[in-house]
Amino acid sequence: MKAVLFGATKGMGRALARLMAARGDRLCLLGRSAEDLERSARDLEIRGAQGPVATAFCDLLQPESFAPALEKAERELEGFDAVVVTAGVMAPQEEMENDPQLAARLLAADFTNTVLFCEESRRRLLEKTGGTLCVFSSVAGERGRKPVILYGAAKAGLSQYLEGLDHKFRSRGLRTVCVKPGFVKTGMTAGLKPPPFAGEPEAVARRVLRAIDRGRPVVYAPAAWRGVMFVIRNLPRLVMRRIEF
Amino acid sequence: MVDGLVFKSEDLASATESASLTRGLGRSYGDSSLPAGAETPVADATAADRLLDFDPDSGVLRAEAGASLFDLNRIFLHRGWFVPVSPGTQFVTLGGMAASDVHGKNHHVDGCFGEHVRGLKIRVADGRIVECSDSSELELFRATIGGMGLTGHILEVEFTMRRIASPWIWGESERIKNLDLMVSGLKEAARDWPMTVGWVDCLARGDHLGRGILMKGRWARPEEAPTKPPSRKGRIRVPFEFPAVALCKPSMKAFNLAYYWKHFQHVRRGILHPDAFFYPLDALDDWNLIYGRRGFTQYQCVLPHADDNGPARRFLELFVSAGGMGFLCVIKDCGAEGKGVLSFPRSGMSIAMDFPIHPSKTQIIVDRLNELVIAEGGRIYLTKDTFTRAEHFRAMEPRLEKFTAVRRKWDPELRIRSAQSVRLLGDRA
Repeated sequence: MKAVLFGATKGMGRALARLMAARGDRLCLLGRSAEDLERSARDLEIRGAQGPVATAFCDLLQPESFAPALEKAERELEGFDAVVVTAGVMAPQEEMENDPQLAARLLAADFTNTVLFCEESRRRLLEKTGGTLCVFSSVAGERGRKPVILYGAAKAGLSQYLEGLDHKFRSRGLRTVCVKPGFVKTGMTAGLKPPPFAGEPEAVARRVLRAIDRGRPVVYAPAAWRGVMFVIRNLPRLVMRRIEF
Repeated sequence: MVDGLVFKSEDLASATESASLTRGLGRSYGDSSLPAGAETPVADATAADRLLDFDPDSGVLRAEAGASLFDLNRIFLHRGWFVPVSPGTQFVTLGGMAASDVHGKNHHVDGCFGEHVRGLKIRVADGRIVECSDSSELELFRATIGGMGLTGHILEVEFTMRRIASPWIWGESERIKNLDLMVSGLKEAARDWPMTVGWVDCLARGDHLGRGILMKGRWARPEEAPTKPPSRKGRIRVPFEFPAVALCKPSMKAFNLAYYWKHFQHVRRGILHPDAFFYPLDALDDWNLIYGRRGFTQYQCVLPHADDNGPARRFLELFVSAGGMGFLCVIKDCGAEGKGVLSFPRSGMSIAMDFPIHPSKTQIIVDRLNELVIAEGGRIYLTKDTFTRAEHFRAMEPRLEKFTAVRRKWDPELRIRSAQSVRLLGDRA
């Protein structure tokens, strides 16, 4: 597989890139810091990635960086058949309530710009014979909840967009995989108290890679979160107003 | 369980900016990776685990300090490479291996891990990031090897991997009747075998005191080894904390007896899975839960050789008479002292003993063992220690003065500290 990974220097993206490297995939990493990208590229090469791991500058807060980044990836890999997006922004709900600029930044990054990046990737994948677009949304998008109102709203929009893409373009060869991680122990969630069913990045990555290979449109990871979210989606409003979850 | 503040980030350099200590996978038995106090933050290195450079010609590997031995084995074993020195668990980080200056079954020929470390990148107390090695900042380098993380935050480790003939072990194990035979057996095996260790049944008494199993091994030659690489072993998870009765004397006795007599032939030879040889306990995930809520401790010391096999005998006799109930006991002859200023091993016999913690007895047992260690001219392994008193530690460590001098030079206010350094070195909490 020839894959472009946006946000794979950290967390779940890093774990997924390592699994792909271990089986000999060709990879290109997109991200903001050249030094960080280089370090991750060397790591993946030592772990077995085929050929040199390419890198390109790409910033989720600068949509004008998307096209050149994907263009460079296309050049370096001589075409690609998968794009994986794990990049995203996270901020505490309370902080954003008092800081509209922070809220705007999160909403732009996690919804508008992620969708724009997907659009750019979609066009390029469809120009060839198609391929896989795997994007990390979140279980936070499943129901409006007190601790993740804004983040959840952005992820809800993103999940909805990915579902639409899947309906329209699957027949033309574009396989969309929407990943809905529950709580996963990564740098992003460090400092938060892990709830029951918290997952390890590597186990999540194994599940996501299977979904990519099989082209499953929606994947919950860890698996238990499918059941957890089924319950939460069906809780009456009266209950949701009272609990802090 | 202790309360504390932990910073975990893929970016260890920034996580260590305001931390008072860096920890790895937390497998030290004692308090060396625990915070000095509830308000002193600790950086968790385990997310900083990238491999940065590997030269297949020389075997030199550079990696971020949080890279785990488990990961390295998974990547390199089947390619014909192994770490030069491996401790008894693979759930350790490279930073932890350098900070503890770990030793393994090959100590009598290859020394500690630190002997194979070429360089370290360290964030020192004033915030600077320093590259140190035998040719640059030598003092800091040598104090950091075996320095329990007290000289600075280890960010990167560069060391030389070793070429192996195959990923399998050719092993030989022998049932041994008593301690004298065990000690002389170890000394003798050291001449012919690159890896040796002894397991001792510490509940056997009298003539049987010190009986056990002597294990010897080397990397198998390609023609002896199976053609397929070793499979990844399934691990069994210990599901819950065992109740305290699981560790009553009869059940521990039964375990030790079974372990001894499972080895019913006098000598066994053959090919072994590397995990079974190096990491027998890793087969059980969370195996420490067997020890129940109250937990257990390990005591490890090294006693200089004497003409007879007296030191090890005196140690075991004292342990038994003080009322200690050893669950697991491992004995190993050590080679020469390494370059780490506070590195544990020295020429002599190392004895490691696991025993359940008893609210009143454990402190007394450790005190008496430490008095014996001081009298024998030995020392203890900080990585395993929870109960030693500061005055005992000072009495057995003439090297402490040199270590403290280097530490104070780089960290005059002693900002970098741990629960262990509060207890043993008198740092502020």
